[in-house]
Amino acid sequence: MDAIVVLLAAPLAGAFLSIAAPRLAVVASALVCVVAFVAIGLLGAEMLELGPAIVVPGNWGVPLGIGLEADGKAVAFLAMTALVMAGVITAASVEFAPGSGRRSFGFWPLALLLWAAMNAMILSRDLFNLYVGLELLTLVAVGLVALSGKADALAAALRYMIFALIGSLLYLLGVVMIYGAHGMLDMGLLSARTPAPADGLALALMTAGLAAKTALFPFHVWLPPAHAGAPAPASALLSGLVPKASFLIALRLWSEAMPDIVRPEALVLIALLGAVAVFHGGLLALRQVRLKLIIVYSTVAQLGYLFLIFPLAGGEGAAQPWSAGAWSGVTFHAVSHALAKAAMFLAAGLYMRAVGSDELGAIRGLARSMPMTTFAFGLAALTLMGLPPSGAFTGKYMMITAALASGQWWWGVVLLGGGLLSALYLYRPLEALFDGEGPAEIIRPRRREELAPLFLAAAAILLGIFSAVPFDLIYVGRPDAAVTGL
Amino acid sequence: MSADAYAVTGAILIALGFYGLVAAHHLLRRVVAFNVIGSGVFLHLGAYATRYGPPDPVPQALIITGIVVALSATALAVGLVVAHALASGRVALPEEAEDD
Repeated sequence: MDAIVVLLAAPLAGAFLSIAAPRLAVVASALVCVVAFVAIGLLGAEMLELGPAIVVPGNWGVPLGIGLEADGKAVAFLAMTALVMAGVITAASVEFAPGSGRRSFGFWPLALLLWAAMNAMILSRDLFNLYVGLELLTLVAVGLVALSGKADALAAALRYMIFALIGSLLYLLGVVMIYGAHGMLDMGLLSARTPAPADGLALALMTAGLAAKTALFPFHVWLPPAHAGAPAPASALLSGLVPKASFLIALRLWSEAMPDIVRPEALVLIALLGAVAVFHGGLLALRQVRLKLIIVYSTVAQLGYLFLIFPLAGGEGAAQPWSAGAWSGVTFHAVSHALAKAAMFLAAGLYMRAVGSDELGAIRGLARSMPMTTFAFGLAALTLMGLPPSGAFTGKYMMITAALASGQWWWGVVLLGGGLLSALYLYRPLEALFDGEGPAEIIRPRRREELAPLFLAAAAILLGIFSAVPFDLIYVGRPDAAVTGL
Repeated sequence: MSADAYAVTGAILIALGFYGLVAAHHLLRRVVAFNVIGSGVFLHLGAYATRYGPPDPVPQALIITGIVVALSATALAVGLVVAHALASGRVALPEEAEDD
């Protein structure tokens, strides 16, 4: 269907336009937003009726052609990307107003290319095409980290790039081995392949590469300096969106392309790394004194939750009745985390500009002078803690249900413990914001800069309240047994 | 036989490159090491193309695409290394000693 092609072409076209005519960058971005929302709406409506949409551009049949496919999860991730982009574009239209120097010239094409890379990775099912998407996403993300041009930002970008390039090469090596053994790269075809001895090693290499890009513990050390050093709108994209793409690919590999060769111990190992990330990130977040670093370590922890799905929906679990609930749960969780995390970074950027620092001591009492931003921050905190009625609560609830149904209650304990920890580390900035009168003189944000985080944080809450439509949508493309089971 | 020789050479390049990427501190050396690994992976992929019967054209297309991607990554990396060196006066990452 054409909507899929539009979703790939529109951000690319916007990126080119914003380089060719930098003054039109914001207009181009807003236009891409409108086009993307319409396309996603049409795609979602079509899918609810007809099931997953598949496009093979150029009419070259798979395996020679490259298949693009939108199933329920894909549309949820596409919508997540579009919503976060819309919020960030709104906020960045002030900070990166066209004509205000090198940074603003760089931001718009990078942001739109990031969007194109996200959409490509969400829609593609070809392992090599995914490699190209992965690299595009990485290079753009590195560019966003380096945007300020300061020495520490450049060092963070370089460190990120070293990790990301090692990840890409590991992934590519796995892809090469798969091609060598089977002569095909399409996930759908691979699921019906005759298993080869090298499959296990190839899957391990690809997973390690993707884990490095998703900042799964212990590959997370590059993330805090990179995400904290970028300007707030860039951090919102980097933390909210970028790791989700590589996570989605890893999960698709384990549950759709090659579930037959997956060993249960491997699934437990991945989930254990996720569980360690939840507690490690949470404990480090408790010890930070800068708001942005608290948010960054919270990303390390929240990304850990995502990996708890592997023993629930990967390998043999992929065909079990609880896997549908686990997939929906993790999708809800990923989407609401993206929205809330982007809102939080945008709010943190406004505090930082208002008082010139993001140390907890400096932002003390800002709730009084910046009530709307603080309300958005509070809503986002509610989501990250996983409290009702947020979308993250729905996600956690479904993941815990799946964990109990599959007899693996201990992953539920990790989910609950992590939620408790996030309440602890988010209490500190909230307590600071509401404490005292606050500084008399601050640099006030523009109205639309305050509305953007509020819009994102509210979307994360509304996702939990109106969860029925997204719920039906995510199920599209699941095997029947997995849908009706629970 | 010759295809296997290419595959083994590819594997050796990958190993050498990973060693360089992890052990070297000088950022330009790391960029070179990344390219050595990339070459090894492409050589490996090329070796698969002639392994059974008539040559398979798909790996060539993949290698060309991969080279373009690696070239872009190298260009960005070198640009960052230069910018970092100009801004900080160092050719290694902050906590790491500069080797020569």
